[in-house]
Parts: sequence; structure tokens; C-alpha cells
Amino acid sequence: MKILVGYKRVVDYNVRVQVKPDGSGVATDGVKLSANPFDDIALEEALRLHDAGTASEVVVVGIGPEDLTAHLRNGLAMGADRAIHVTTDAAIQPLTAARIFLKLVEAEQPGLVILGKQAIDDDANQTGQMLAALWDRPQATFASKLVIADGKATVTREVDAGLETIEVDLPAVVTTDLRLNEPRFIKLPDIMKAKRKPIDVKSLADLGVEAGEHLKTTHYAAPVGRSKGVMVTDAAALVAALKDKGLL
Amino acid sequence: MSKILVIAEHLNGQLNTATARAVSAAAAIGPEAIDVLVLADNADAIATQAAQISGVSKVLTLTHAENAHPMAAVLAPQIAAVAAGYSHVFAPSTTFGKDLMPRVAALLGVAQVSDVMTVEAAHTFTRPIYAGNAIITVETPAADIVVATIRTASWKAAVTVEASAPIEVITTDVALPSHTRFVGLEQARSDRPDLQSASRVVSGGRGVGSKENFAVIYQLADKLGAGVGASRAAVDAGYCPSDMQVGQTGKIIAPELYMAIGISGAIQHLTGIKDAGTIVAINKDTDAPIFEVADIGLVGDLFQIIPELEAAIG
Ligand SMILES: Cc1cc2nc3c(=O)[nH]c(=O)nc-3n(C[C@H](O)[C@H](O)[C@H](O)COP(=O)(O)OP(=O)(O)OC[C@H]3O[C@@H](n4cnc5c(N)ncnc54)[C@H](O)[C@@H]3O)c2cc1C
Ligand SMILES: Nc1ncnc2c1ncn2[C@@H]1O[C@H](COP(=O)(O)O)[C@@H](O)[C@H]1O
Repeated sequence: MKILVGYKRVVDYNVRVQVKPDGSGVATDGVKLSANPFDDIALEEALRLHDAGTASEVVVVGIGPEDLTAHLRNGLAMGADRAIHVTTDAAIQPLTAARIFLKLVEAEQPGLVILGKQAIDDDANQTGQMLAALWDRPQATFASKLVIADGKATVTREVDAGLETIEVDLPAVVTTDLRLNEPRFIKLPDIMKAKRKPIDVKSLADLGVEAGEHLKTTHYAAPVGRSKGVMVTDAAALVAALKDKGLL
Repeated sequence: MSKILVIAEHLNGQLNTATARAVSAAAAIGPEAIDVLVLADNADAIATQAAQISGVSKVLTLTHAENAHPMAAVLAPQIAAVAAGYSHVFAPSTTFGKDLMPRVAALLGVAQVSDVMTVEAAHTFTRPIYAGNAIITVETPAADIVVATIRTASWKAAVTVEASAPIEVITTDVALPSHTRFVGLEQARSDRPDLQSASRVVSGGRGVGSKENFAVIYQLADKLGAGVGASRAAVDAGYCPSDMQVGQTGKIIAPELYMAIGISGAIQHLTGIKDAGTIVAINKDTDAPIFEVADIGLVGDLFQIIPELEAAIG
């Protein structure tokens, strides 16, 4: 079974993103970029299925500009067999990303597609669900446990009410939650090895997908900040302050 | 004029109050009608509750044995069929809505607006990106149905009224897939207030130190009649179940009182509580970032402070 993994490059989660003063966007020049944390988890899960002999090939997919190559090499160094780089300078929205993944799915015929539950830049949480709809296949979102057997996936999902378990027929789309696994670190020798692994480059035109700006962002604003409050020195003062505010 | 369909969220025959929050967002558009759609195996009790939400024009029920559990692959084609007569389809931005609505949007061939914070116009909304570090204004194409999830912490629940909106039974003839099957739901049994709607929440972080120690958090919460939350670090370390995680990738909440105990205040955690009325922080580290946003801060050892607090509350 082949597994396709979404591997998006995003602003690193430690960066406190700043909105530009004129509201035209966020300042991303020179900020640290990393793999979307949920995609590292997606790749790790695919690699574990590979290690266990359940998967025969793991393919990482990145949609983004020319310089995405180094990022995809990280995915290869982590252990993916090959990469697909869909090149575009346009900001790709989830519906377009899903349409791109659908084209790749049609060409690659994977048994499983693992994406992150959300990209921590747009925080959309949509692409996996949209791909599953367009592909007319099952989705198992927010996975914290994944078991593959007999052409089926049994998936434990982190939902508001607790932990839900569903069973889906393969092929299917799974999206990862934080507790699915802990991604491995990349080892130095693997970085060398990754240099020889193939990266297949495709344009949107090759795939017959239009970039499409479905949602138009007209303004960026900094969030309304909370002002610094007061410090109290002991529990009694805290209780008094709460009573003052009518909270106790 | 706008006509809005709101998808009801429910569990064990009870309507989730997140639904009434989505109705508030719908009302902000000033629509001609707000209809609530209940998909269930037995919709009666839920529909009765939905019919009493202020602002609701009518409640539609679509019952199927397959609708017993909220499987997105099963519900989405039914919603897409019903959506034809509407300008907007809304659901709360809970795990239910997040799982379901992108599937509905893709079936309709339109984009989705995630986590609507404010309605600027019928096709213009604000929403957070980058863990809430930026708020963007987005416009959806005028010709498209608007599919959106509503950031529940940004909206007060529409009130319950005496008078009931009419309830209408509807059917669709869409084929339902059998490729997705419900196996089970493991619900943490708790008599405490629900984290997402509690007016007071006490949360513990890595500083609490262990699952056993978390008892002090529960105890304080019970004293205050509060719901209990946690940081990701506390959940990852196994101190408490995952449904207690507050933050960017957990629950986004807006209680009147939020107490962060042994939580450092990472941006991913703060984005889950920025709409809280009053934030109290208890942390032994004077420099913990949580103090930058706390309305009331107290530096010290939580194991010493909590018993003192309980005594002072009386
Ligand atoms: C993609 C992504 C998503 C994430 N999503 C979330 C999310 O949704 N929610 C979330 O919470 N985090 C999330 N995180 C994790 C987040 O970045 C932090 O790692 C996490 O919030 C830290 O939890 P903490 O404050 O409990 O632990 P720590 O940062 O370790 O802080 C523990 C605090 O306890 C204090 N302390 C220790 N002992 C005591 C004592 N005896 N008395 C008083 N204080 C004490 C310490 O001074 C310290 O400030 C996410 C991270 C990533 C990468
Ligand atoms: N440009 C992209 N390149 C690779 N994967 C992507 C891209 N956009 C979205 N994805 C995948 O879809 C997931 C969810 O993204 P989103 O719907 O934008 O929150 C991500 O975690 C990725 O796995």
C-alpha cells in the first residue's frame, strides 16, 4: 500500500507572527519556516506503517514555491521514499489544495492519504475533509490512534465529547491530531541519503488545477490585546480581588 | 435576502448550546429566515429544544438510522442536498462542525470560512489565523453559498424562548455511504460543568506534575463549581484526558473566570482563552508569559496556594 502525506511548510510555531502596520499582510520576511507540526506527525505515522510492513511506499507532497525543495528534502531525510513538489507562487487555499491532492491521488492510487488536521498558518482545518469529499472516500479526522488491517482503518478521534472510534474502508483520508505519535528526529547520515531520493516536480497546469482565490482576504489586523492586570501577593488578596469583581 | 441553514449539534438526545451560538452569528446577518436542521436517528426531543432558540424560523428534521452518530461522510451529502435553498450554511466550530462542514463545502464546490468571529456583511467575515496572532477579513464570492463554522467563544448563545418555531419533517433521496462506521465513543464521565459552556474554568498545566496531583485542580474546581481544563503539556503527560485541552488545537473557551494554574502561557494556549472575562494566573515563575495576559496574577507554589485559596473562599 502506498501512502500519500501532506507536508506543508509554515511559519515555525515558535514565531510570534506580526501583522504589518498597513494591514496588508503578516510580516514573514526572514522568519523561521518549518514543517507544519501536524504534517510531521502525519509523516511519522506513515513511516511507522512502512516500518511495520503495512505500507510499501511513503510519498510526501508539498505545494508551494520553487524554494520548497529543501523542506521536501527534510521529509525525505525523515524517511519518505520520494516527494512530489507542486510548484506555485500563489497562496493555495484548502479547496485548491484538495483539488491538487485529488489529481495526485488519481495518478498515484494510494491506499491511504494522511494530512495534518490543520496547517498552523491559515488554521483552516479543511483540506483533508474536502479531499475526502471530492474523492468520495471516507475521512477520519483528528486521529490519535490508527490501526490498519484487512483493508480497513480503525481510527480513534479526539472529539469534544471524548474519544470516538470509527472504522473506515480503504482508501481513505486520515488527518492527524497531536497525540497520534511523536515524530522522530532527522539523523545526519539520512540527510545525505535524502539527496539521492527523487523529487517529482509538477506545475498546476500539469495537473489541470487553477490556483483560484475563493476567499478574498481584504484586511489583516492585530488581535485586540489583553492589558496586563494586577499582581497580588497571597491567596487572601486573590480572593478579595475576585470578590471585588463580583466573581465570587 | 439571506436564508440561513444552521446545522444542529447534539449528543444523547440533547442539543449542544454551541448550536444557539451559531444561530446568533446567523442573526447578525439580518436574514429573512434562520432554519435549524437536525440530523438524527430520533430527532423529536432535539428539534423541540432547537425550536425554542430565539430567532429560529423553523426546524427541519431529517431522520435516518444512519444519522445516529455524526459521521461527516454520511451527513454531508444530506446537508448539501438541503443547502440548495439557502444562501448560508453555518455550524459551530466544534470538532463536530470542523469535521463536517468542509465536506459539505467541497460537495457544493465552494470554499469554507473557518472560525467566524464577526459578521461584517452577508459575505464578509473576520476570522483568526496564526493561532490568533492575526485577524483577517475575508470575502466570499457573491454568487456562492457561504459555508462557515462559527467560533463559539466569539458569540453568546441566542436565548431560549417560550414560543416554539414550527418543526417540519423532511426527507432526501441521496445515497448514504456505508464505508464509514461508528464503533464507539469513550466519554469521560463527569458531573462537572461542561468546559465549553462553563462560566468558571480552572485549568492545570505541566506544573501540576502528575495525574495524582491533578486532584488539587479538580478539588478547587468543585469548590468553585467550575469546569476543568488543561494545557497540552498536561494532557500529553497523561495527567488528564484529551477533551480537556484548551487552546489553538483544543477547545476555545470564553468563561467569565479562567484560572490558569501551573501553565506557562504559550501562545497556543492563550489563543484558547483570550475571550475569557477575567484570567487568573498562579505560577511560581515571575517571568511566566501567562502574567502578561492575566488580570490577576499570583506568584508562588500552587501546592501551597491552592489550599490557602480554598480556605479563603470559605
Ligand atoms: C501545533 C501546536 C499546537 C499546540 N496546541 C496547544 C493547545 O491547543 N493548547 C496548549 O495548551 N498547548 C498547545 N501547544 C503546546 C504549547 O506550545 C506549550 O508547549 C504548552 O501549552 C505548555 O503547557 P504548560 O504551560 O502546561 O507547560 P510548561 O510550558 O512546561 O509550563 C509549566 C508551568 O508551570 C509552572 N510551575 C511548575 N511547577 C509549579 C508549581 N509547583 N507551582 C506553580 N507553578 C509551577 C512553571 O513555572 C511553568 O510556567 C501546541 C503546540 C504546537 C506546536
Ligand atoms: N500547500 C500545501 N502543501 C502540502 N500540504 C498541504 C498544503 N495545504 C494543505 N496541506 C495539507 O492539508 C492539511 C490541512 O491544511 P488546512 O486545511 O489548510 O488547515 C495540512 O496539514 C497539510 O497536510
